Amino acid sequence: MGNASGEGVKERLIALFFAANGILTIVILLGIFLFLAIIGLQAFYEISIIEFLGMDWNPDAYGEPAWGILPLLAGTVYIAVLSLIIAIPLGVASAIYIAEIASPPLREILKPAIEMIAAIPSVVLGLIGLIILAPWIANIFNLPNGLNALTASILVAIMALPTIISISEDVIRAVPDSYREASLALGSTRWQTVSGVIVPAASSGIVAASMLGLGRVVGETMVVLMVAGNSRLFPVSIFDPVRPITSTIAIEIKEVVQGDLHFQVLFALGLILFLMTFAINLASDIFLTGRQMGR
Amino acid sequence: MNEKIKENIYFTIFRFCSFLSLVILLFFLLFVIKLGVGVLDLNFITGMWQTQDITKGGIFPAIVGTFYLGLGVAVFSVPVGISCAIYLNEYAKNTGLVRVIRLTIRNLAGVPSIVYGLFGFAVFVQLLQFGTSLLAAALTLAAMTIPWVITASEEALKTVPDGFREGALALGATKWQVIRTNVLPAALPGMITGSIIGLARAMGETAPIIIVGATFYMRGLPDSLFDKFMALPYHVFILATQHNDPLAEEYAAGTALVLVILIFLMTLIAMIVRYNFRKKRKW
Repeated sequence: MGNASGEGVKERLIALFFAANGILTIVILLGIFLFLAIIGLQAFYEISIIEFLGMDWNPDAYGEPAWGILPLLAGTVYIAVLSLIIAIPLGVASAIYIAEIASPPLREILKPAIEMIAAIPSVVLGLIGLIILAPWIANIFNLPNGLNALTASILVAIMALPTIISISEDVIRAVPDSYREASLALGSTRWQTVSGVIVPAASSGIVAASMLGLGRVVGETMVVLMVAGNSRLFPVSIFDPVRPITSTIAIEIKEVVQGDLHFQVLFALGLILFLMTFAINLASDIFLTGRQMGR
Repeated sequence: MNEKIKENIYFTIFRFCSFLSLVILLFFLLFVIKLGVGVLDLNFITGMWQTQDITKGGIFPAIVGTFYLGLGVAVFSVPVGISCAIYLNEYAKNTGLVRVIRLTIRNLAGVPSIVYGLFGFAVFVQLLQFGTSLLAAALTLAAMTIPWVITASEEALKTVPDGFREGALALGATKWQVIRTNVLPAALPGMITGSIIGLARAMGETAPIIIVGATFYMRGLPDSLFDKFMALPYHVFILATQHNDPLAEEYAAGTALVLVILIFLMTLIAMIVRYNFRKKRKW
């Protein structure tokens, strides 16, 4: 009897151990948020929100540093919009091809091959950008150098592709066969079936996939750090060099004195980045689960 | 007829799109190989790094550093990730807590790596006083890798048929006995391959280790967890952007080539192990 209840206690302790590991994930996420918030928000003892939302970012200026993050935010937005303009059509078209048109053996090759793109370290893509793509872009558009928003966006788009393709393909394949059969039985061609039935049925999943792609794009650091040009000026054209939030953190964190205002402001930038990706992920989650419930 | 032509045009465009990204990528990789392969020789792989004359030195310390880092990340992330997956798949019912954990995991996977770097700096470097070190970097990257390990492990657990569990339970086994003797042996190969792919990705990360511990030059190899370390991705970054030697670009490409080979080999081995395991399993 004593033995049996000993077993019971052991079982419960083991269950508790596994549950604790599950809860650890919540602790990590909360920890990330709290540490960014506690350190980052201290910056606002010294600078006002209005100054923070200014047009001039110059933390190193002697005497009167400027903390306006709008040029950085604009850099992030430029890269996000440009790279999604490239990645979404390309990614969705690829997903449709792999899910609906490609033969099964071809699909078995294409899908893992595209997922291998995700295994390429971003620093290697950045290097490719520096050595190959930037000189090309400079040549084609007649620019002094090719380190600008467009070059970075092309490479970042490649990084977002595996996410967009893989998830879009899953949701397209999840569309029930009865939809296809009904459409084909009514005399539609395969293209009419794809464009008129399958894509609309999978649309919320495709939106979710694109949003996850957006999350990756916004958080990408190395490629933009290496090829986006790193200018603190407010970008006007897509050929302007930009310095998004991520690369600003990566460049400046090594130069700051720990605990000073600049350090705190960089954590505030990290907090903004965290909240942006958190909102994007949450929204894509809602699109995905909404789709499942609707069925 | 008109519709048929339209279909052909669209489908051809789609086919073109799905091959385009692969072709571009293959082309880029070939270019890195072409540029980097010239510097690859035995000395480059096994020699110590010389900052004064980069042609004389090798990237051995960076290879070792990346290897140590991967080992550290594995130690911290794989047990936690697998345990969490066991909780979610074997113990948990569909409660509010479980839904929150799942939402958390999906969100953790979306947190930018540079943000993990800031977090690691605040917690491991500053608060826990580990300094910018191998330990701080391993813990930071482990936090980033945990959600990937969980996802892969849960998938492996889901492929174990319920009959394995029910059979043992019917014979009077306790929950933990069922998991230890029937579920884990069947799921472990899948869990490990998934984890290796996650580790390979972590070893290729640059942004977090810029903040928490990588260095471009050090005397000798790290011999304690509290030492700084050299790492392949960081080495590529510095050579490509902050070194003024005219040959730096070529050496950056050579280092990148070693990194890519390392990561692809790990991923490929994991995929082959998984494939063989799937062929051998009898359910």
